[in-house]
Amino acid sequence: MDRQKIKTFLTLGLVLLSCLVLFWGEQYLGKFSTRVLNLAAIFVILGASMNLVLGFTGMFSLGHAGFMCVGAYVSAILTMSPESKEMIYFMEPIISPLDKIHWPVFPAILTAGLVAAFFGFLIGFPALRLRDDYLAIATLGFGEIIRIIVTNTISITNGSLGLKNIPPIKSLWVYWGFAIATIWILKQLINSSWGYAFKAIRDNEIAAEAMGIDIFKHKLMSFTIGAFFAGLAGALMGHLITSVDPTMFRFLFTFQILLIIVLGGLGSLTGSVIAGVLVTVMMEVLRFVEQPMNLFGLQIPGIPGMRMVIFALLLLVVILFYRQGLMGTREFNWDWVLDKVGVGRRKEKGVGVDG
Amino acid sequence: MTGEIFLQNLANGISLGSLYALIAIGYTMVYGILRLINFAHADLLMVAAYVAFYGILVFTLPWWLSFLIAIVVTAILGVSIEKVAYRPLRDAPRISVLISAIGVSFLLENLGIVAIGARPKSFPRPEDIVWNINIGDISFLSLTIIIPLITVILLVAVTYMVNKTKIGTAMRAVSRDFETASLMAVDVNKVVSATFVVGSSLAAVGGIMWSLQYPQIDPLMGVFPGLKCFIAAVMGGIGSIPGAMLGGFILGMGEVFLVAFMPELSGYRDAFAFVILIFILLFKPTGILGENVVEKV
Repeated sequence: MDRQKIKTFLTLGLVLLSCLVLFWGEQYLGKFSTRVLNLAAIFVILGASMNLVLGFTGMFSLGHAGFMCVGAYVSAILTMSPESKEMIYFMEPIISPLDKIHWPVFPAILTAGLVAAFFGFLIGFPALRLRDDYLAIATLGFGEIIRIIVTNTISITNGSLGLKNIPPIKSLWVYWGFAIATIWILKQLINSSWGYAFKAIRDNEIAAEAMGIDIFKHKLMSFTIGAFFAGLAGALMGHLITSVDPTMFRFLFTFQILLIIVLGGLGSLTGSVIAGVLVTVMMEVLRFVEQPMNLFGLQIPGIPGMRMVIFALLLLVVILFYRQGLMGTREFNWDWVLDKVGVGRRKEKGVGVDG
Repeated sequence: MTGEIFLQNLANGISLGSLYALIAIGYTMVYGILRLINFAHADLLMVAAYVAFYGILVFTLPWWLSFLIAIVVTAILGVSIEKVAYRPLRDAPRISVLISAIGVSFLLENLGIVAIGARPKSFPRPEDIVWNINIGDISFLSLTIIIPLITVILLVAVTYMVNKTKIGTAMRAVSRDFETASLMAVDVNKVVSATFVVGSSLAAVGGIMWSLQYPQIDPLMGVFPGLKCFIAAVMGGIGSIPGAMLGGFILGMGEVFLVAFMPELSGYRDAFAFVILIFILLFKPTGILGENVVEKV
């Protein structure tokens, strides 16, 4: 059979298989496992979008948590019912048009992404003239400023009390639907001429400019798209845990995403997906190290914070000894799989005779 | 605003500014040589504060000995961080080193939480160095004078070291051109280590004085001062030691007077530094006293 045809079939099969897995999970998985898987989907979106900015365009931005914060708040405010808004905003009532708004979930999530993208655009405009560590510290600063503004604008965001009773979404389909769509869109983007320009900028900015690439435009575009998906993920996060507050979006989040993309490989979407799931699952599995345990009759008290020590060590080990991460810049593709299982590659034209 | 309140704020501004200046120098020296934001620098403050804390309260050492031990421990830690986490990545892309620095910083903070617990502890104030001074109606802590005094002494010492001694000359050579300096028989690794010794010791002094001034210590206490001091270093012109001092004082004064003149903005106090940073980066990215560096291809 034609190799191209096999690949199409395999892709269809994979889509079908993931649908089956989701269907099965929806039916039989417990509440806890579903929640972890949903969280994994959110981290996959976060990892992939930060990888677009850091791994593919080479901009060291640390503002992801800020954009998540924007997305989470926008979607939460749009979808909460007017009654619960009245109840929650007891310090200062919410300002006028926002108190009556009661949107369905999906347009709200997309709007959250768009608003975050708008913020990304606004922030990127001044910040993207900077490079490397300056950009890192400036975006980190912007992330903090967003958080401080959210804490202080009480009549919009309810300040440090945060928001509760956000309409929950429980379905695996929604979270993984968004995750798969994100990956697909980013894959198309990266394989387009835009994507080649991003990679050129990452590899050598001056050379890229000499080749006629508009550096600033491409950087701004990559940054804005990254912010869009971060906002989307933030909105989903709000609907998953049904409450948000400003302290949630500390630098810790950005660190976890950084761990995901470094572990998966800077510049590999496949890596981000694998590492996103891996890190989320590890985060839950490793909860046991923070519980008190009984080891051969020896009582060990629970140590809070131990997981983060393990993650910090993991990040250091990967960056020091295994800088490529799991995937380097490679991506999953069927050719590799087919070569492994021994399906012959179609010979060059005129050399071999094949199906 | 009455004269007394103004003087009070001025004193607060000077002591905050000198703390910022002291810590900013560590950032600027490391950046000047390695072109790296040493994210772990902020956490060295915390380490020094805790070593001093345990020295005084648990081992009941005299305060000066505890402070000395804290400085030595912090300096050793600073040099070790460079050896383990930065040196192997010297030829790697800059993003890798930055990620490594973030990893070290995160590791130190969380080790702090694991080993000591996240709950804030109150830092002891030895009576020999902290007492109340009353002049007319104004009452202030002796620290308001001691902190700027120590800062000035240390600044003079560091400036002398960088400009007049052999190791200082080597530091300036390495920061000007890493490779050429090593060709000129400068032992680059030794110079980098020396830089980390000086920078980390200053961070330790800064951390101890910070804890005396604001006597609540917790494992994340270094994060915000650290970020702000880096901003101060950028503002003054990164790589320049007088610039770091200037930036530190401007930032400290600015913060204190922002809250004093516009109390309704006090919630935004921590955002102030970042707003300044962004304006500086946009309009004068080299900082107030920085040199223009043109990148060569």
